[in-house]
Amino acid sequence: MSYISLSDKDKKEMLERAGAASPEDFFCGIPEHIRLGRRLDVPDGLTEPELLAFMESLAAKSDYGRCLSFLGAGAYRHVIPTVVEALSSRGEFLTPYTPYQPEVSQGTLQAIFEYQTLICQLTGMDIANASLYDGASAAAEAVLMADRLNGRTRVVLPLSLHPQYRRVIETYTRHTDLELVEAGYGDDGRLDLKDLESKIDDRTTAVLCQSPNYFGVVEDLKTVARLARARKALSVAVVAEGVSLGLLEAPGRLGADIAAGEGQSFGLPLGFGGPYLGFLACARDFMRQLPGRLSGMAEDAEGRRGFVLTLSTREQHIRREKATSNICTNQAWCALRATIFLETMGHDGLRELAAQNGQKARYALETLSALPGVTARFSGPVFHEFVLRLPKSWKAVDEALRGKDILGGVGLEKDFPELRDCVLVNVTEAHSRRDIDRLASSLREVLR
Amino acid sequence: MYPGDFYYTKDHEWVRVQGQDAVMGITDFAQKQLGDVVFVQLPEVGANLEAHQSIGTIESVKAVSDVFSPLAGEVTAVNGDLVDNPEIINQDPHGKGWIMRLKPADPKAVERLMKAAEYEKHLEGLDKET
Amino acid sequence: MKREPLIFEVSDKGKRAFRLPKLDVPCGQDPWRGYSLRESIEGFPQVSEIEVVRHFTRLSQWNHAVDIGFYPLGSCTMKYNPKVNERVAAFPGFAGVHPLAPEEYAQGCLEVLKRTEELLGEITGMDAFTLQPAAGAHGELVGMMLIRAALADRGDPRRVVLIPDSAHGTNPSSAHLCGYRVQEIKSDGSGRVDMAGLEKAMTSEVAALMVTNPNTLGVFETDIRKIAAVVHSRGGFLYMDGANMNALCGVCRPGDMDVDVIHLNLHKTFSTPHGGGGPGGGPVGVKNVLEPYLPGPKVDRRDGRLVLVADLPKSIGRVRSFHGNFLVVVKALAYILSLGAEGLKEMSEVAVLNANYIRKSLEGLFHLKYQTPTLHECVFSDKFQKEHGISNLDIAKRLIDYGVHPPTMSFPLIVPGALMIEPTETEPRRELDVFIEAMKAIAREAKESPELLKSAPHASPVRRLNETAAARNPVLRWTEDMTEPSRE
Repeated sequence: MSYISLSDKDKKEMLERAGAASPEDFFCGIPEHIRLGRRLDVPDGLTEPELLAFMESLAAKSDYGRCLSFLGAGAYRHVIPTVVEALSSRGEFLTPYTPYQPEVSQGTLQAIFEYQTLICQLTGMDIANASLYDGASAAAEAVLMADRLNGRTRVVLPLSLHPQYRRVIETYTRHTDLELVEAGYGDDGRLDLKDLESKIDDRTTAVLCQSPNYFGVVEDLKTVARLARARKALSVAVVAEGVSLGLLEAPGRLGADIAAGEGQSFGLPLGFGGPYLGFLACARDFMRQLPGRLSGMAEDAEGRRGFVLTLSTREQHIRREKATSNICTNQAWCALRATIFLETMGHDGLRELAAQNGQKARYALETLSALPGVTARFSGPVFHEFVLRLPKSWKAVDEALRGKDILGGVGLEKDFPELRDCVLVNVTEAHSRRDIDRLASSLREVLR
Repeated sequence: MYPGDFYYTKDHEWVRVQGQDAVMGITDFAQKQLGDVVFVQLPEVGANLEAHQSIGTIESVKAVSDVFSPLAGEVTAVNGDLVDNPEIINQDPHGKGWIMRLKPADPKAVERLMKAAEYEKHLEGLDKET
Repeated sequence: MKREPLIFEVSDKGKRAFRLPKLDVPCGQDPWRGYSLRESIEGFPQVSEIEVVRHFTRLSQWNHAVDIGFYPLGSCTMKYNPKVNERVAAFPGFAGVHPLAPEEYAQGCLEVLKRTEELLGEITGMDAFTLQPAAGAHGELVGMMLIRAALADRGDPRRVVLIPDSAHGTNPSSAHLCGYRVQEIKSDGSGRVDMAGLEKAMTSEVAALMVTNPNTLGVFETDIRKIAAVVHSRGGFLYMDGANMNALCGVCRPGDMDVDVIHLNLHKTFSTPHGGGGPGGGPVGVKNVLEPYLPGPKVDRRDGRLVLVADLPKSIGRVRSFHGNFLVVVKALAYILSLGAEGLKEMSEVAVLNANYIRKSLEGLFHLKYQTPTLHECVFSDKFQKEHGISNLDIAKRLIDYGVHPPTMSFPLIVPGALMIEPTETEPRRELDVFIEAMKAIAREAKESPELLKSAPHASPVRRLNETAAARNPVLRWTEDMTEPSRE
């Protein structure tokens, strides 16, 4: 199937007007010796029914859907209200470019403005950008931003920060003069504050702190921010599960200078990892060092309210190599979905969603840790996710659970050798009590 | 157009000597090139600057321009009015739109800059290039 | 025109647009003891479902979009985004799969990745691909990091990246982010890389030349092989920005031009929707020499199964969580499979035909700085209209009144007052003619009634917006003390 709209007559007449005998003529600037000179080794084109059948056969090879899954670790299955799909799939939202011409882009620009507002409200920050690629790259941009703000040399990364976020930050900072310093965690699963304090000094650019952290434990952001501030370092709150902001105190109110996180939970499907949505918010003083697009309020020639992309001089297309970041897009359509999701959930809905996540996770933790030999690995307060220690190797347990069509969680040994036999279990509102009880009874059988 | 008692640089800054101090800003040509100024980044009072050192940037909606210190010296004052009213640079670039005042390390250095006639000639040359 | 309020302005306590099922697990007396909870989410909206639906439906109607009309943004490739691709990406076997699902539960997803890598390899002639970068600029960054890693490995760290003056702003920015100093290479009179300038600049300190081909003027770098030879002979790498690959499919391949590393834009050449500014996809293809440095994990075939290999000692590491913008990759794969070999070639041929049809139709009315033959886009300027005090901005805004989205403006920088036009292959001739007629009318209006252009647009939901005031006093969010403008 090709999507060309020209008839043979069109082609002929247009070639004539363009002064060419055949399309070949247009390619005269391409020397013979680099021409392909053969047909591409790509299969013949498919019609729509053929394509659907083929892609369905591929999709069917992924058995994941058959399983009851408790996988989380930075990607969460939540309810997606029907209106999110119905409205975001409109061609007017799906098929425009970046809103460089504000007069014909007010829909996208106002939606971004509302998105920025929602993120500010959730994080308790003054300003937020129009979104970044994902939570991991948002955390990395936060680090680079802190570097521009105070020009120091060391960044403290807790071990309880999502390992993939740590990897991305390592990649992004490799060619800067920033040194990454690790901070450990205690038996409650929280940042070891003594260790942290000993690692903050006058060279410290920023202290990152994920809450709830990778183990699902809610951190003491307030103390972390205080420790950072005492040495004039910036504190960056990282949020890998946006839903938690519906219930937990906003990072901005706990003293964080920058909040970076992942908005996948706001109406984006798991999608084998993407596209997702990175958010970045900060104090107004840092406005000129905030990377990424911004939608701002403006007035038109007749005094009507409208919106424009603003403060563009921070960006690559104007400041080139001196820009705040090389990022050239946001994830506008993902941000749109998040906006529709959050406005549909509304104040009460989002709070209830967050509360249900926490309560179901708590129920699961209590039920599972009551099984013989199973214990909660950490004593700290958990939110949507928790770590269990098992009496057997996770590998064996995992395999046995898979035999019962259950994916019980994410094993931690690979990233945390000290957490052998430990598994990270996620529960959301999309799990019913029966799902949780099924995991418990299956685990009991497996461990018997 | 360009005051005869000022000195000028190729980067389109002007300098006016006032007693022991030198006041500087950007020229009318520079403000016209930029268009409506929306933001001015000022240096810190007390900073010791080298000649040609970047002291900050001036931004319009779609352009950014570095501003360089025309002389070596210590910053003694900056024009705080520009923070809230950057349009002053467009309205009165050679007067109320001044950017900073500094104590030159070498009081004679300013004489090595261009005089108004020279600067106007320099501008004519630029005009031909485009 | 009626204004659409901000959602916060229609919010009222107690309104709901969604309800969750009742909590079905027991919950303790004081479940949140010891937690630092928020009392409320200050200012968060409370609206009904129909309010959400009308709000976004009305907002959508104030956007121009490919689904509505012609969108000739140069270098952005605003082609039709097939609906079937959206349907495919929503299959539960793709959309519903967790990124950490064990390999044996995600074979279909891994196959999408592997097949796409292989097809892109064939289309570009590169040896290996990574699909992890989330956008073109992200791909550029990866490409630069690969070069830096390879040079470090060779014990030959270098400091400089050469970039032609016609390049996208992202190129210098990406090189800089990777720790390189950027040096500009001038274009020659034909709009191509100036070979003498390159010879001179290409020292042993230069890590790479970043070149866009065809470049942002739509001109093919005829000497690309010679350029590669110069760069290689001094130990550097040749990076090709593949943003304009839409012009070359089935005709020639970057791999055969001795390019070492390339990024593609799935949202340009491979039809995935731009979504108002993302999500995109920025796959990076390399020759064997750079393959060990690609980000991981990578998909490999082993004993008839697909596996994820994470143990890559030379890899630059991760640039994004999980596997990149996977569902965007699904759409691109669906597109390649729909078109097939013949369709891909026809795509490029017609893209070039449409662009040349426009160029020929407007030549003489609008100034064309470079006379060199062009491929999929052409760059006019406002030079003739400047005589009447009309700028490219005025022309762009007036086009809106004719129902057409303006071309890319003021870029590339080497053409003052640029209007960069890329029609793409999917446009019907009728739409091209509407655009051509509109441009002719505007050329006339510029002489006869310039005021009409300066005050344009007249027929859009809002008139020209005061960007200067917006930047001087940025208002970046709604706050409760804001008053809603009265409705007209």
